Amino acid sequence: MSTAALEVKPVDTAIQSFTVTFLIRRFDPDIDTEPRWQDFDVEMYATDRVLDALHKIKWEQDGSLTFRRSCAHGICGSDAMRINGRNRLACKTLIKDLDISKPIYVEAIKGLPLEKDLIVDMEPFFASFRDVQPFLIANSKAEPGKERVQSVAERERFDDTTKCILCAACTSSCPVFWTDGQYFGPAAIVNAHRFIFDSRDDAASVRLDILNDKEGVWRCRTTFNCTEACPRGIEVTKAIAEVKQAIMRGKP
Amino acid sequence: MPDTSAGTLTAPAKPARQKPGGTLYRGREGMWSWVLHRITGVAIFFFLLVHILDTALVRVSPEAYNAVIGTYQTPIMGLGEVALVGAIVFHAFNGLRIILVDFWAWATRHQKVLFYVVVGLWVVTMIAFVPRHLMNVFSH
Repeated sequence: MSTAALEVKPVDTAIQSFTVTFLIRRFDPDIDTEPRWQDFDVEMYATDRVLDALHKIKWEQDGSLTFRRSCAHGICGSDAMRINGRNRLACKTLIKDLDISKPIYVEAIKGLPLEKDLIVDMEPFFASFRDVQPFLIANSKAEPGKERVQSVAERERFDDTTKCILCAACTSSCPVFWTDGQYFGPAAIVNAHRFIFDSRDDAASVRLDILNDKEGVWRCRTTFNCTEACPRGIEVTKAIAEVKQAIMRGKP
Repeated sequence: MPDTSAGTLTAPAKPARQKPGGTLYRGREGMWSWVLHRITGVAIFFFLLVHILDTALVRVSPEAYNAVIGTYQTPIMGLGEVALVGAIVFHAFNGLRIILVDFWAWATRHQKVLFYVVVGLWVVTMIAFVPRHLMNVFSH
């Protein structure tokens, strides 16, 4: 009886799929002198992500397509790329949020040396990150067996900038960084902000000194591209403005 | 569609090979206000350069000064003055916006609103200036 009842519903539950055209900016340093655009047609569902499309292309059409990804869930920060002219994480960009009546442009992030296809050399980016000393420098000792005490309000002060995943979407969206690779860039300043405003840290003046440089926070022209690009929703430009004000006050 | 989506291309998709340098980065109000601020700033700089030179002419010879200033009375120069005032007004209002964005947390969060306030103030100022100015230019 129960099996017969189940069979009465032969409704087609197949989810509709779409053919989406991707234009990907390819560059193979062994063959190409200039990057070139290549188009791929991929069968996608509305709930698929751009990363799924890249996987389909790599696994089913062209195995030479090169890109970084690790966790594929917006945490590791490996797959920042320029999708339809804006920096995004491929793993957080859904097909349904894009206009698939036109090709979807995918290219590497800007301002860092292009290595292959969607991969850039991240070393200059991480060098700036290291330069701001992104680690706790505390003169105080925590009580034996205890942690350093911090109030909720003190933690809240820098909560926003703890969310950074170092994907470089902000730094490579910055017009100043494109033309001046020496600029620390939004990501480094965000990670400096995270410690400058941490009540347990005692080296704020050192970091403010580092960022009070010709290539430091004063390069920021408040274009807000970084704030728009951040996949974690960090108010990057606001953090930079707070560091600017801290430098003027001489203390956080 | 959420604000955080990658959005859509507004320009019709040109053949890809026509974009050798990659696509134009599609920044929003903040980026375009900065671009406009740069362009108007450079334009105003070159105007001031010429303006200092032609004013300095009066020390060299008052006749030459009068001759140069006389050429400024033409309608083409009159239209150029509209562009100059437009550039200065935008640069001034947007400069105030940038100061607010740097010093006031509320303004940092609401910079897009402030950009449209700047555009609105620019339109109002130009509506007040342009008809009166053009009447002067074309009635002499």
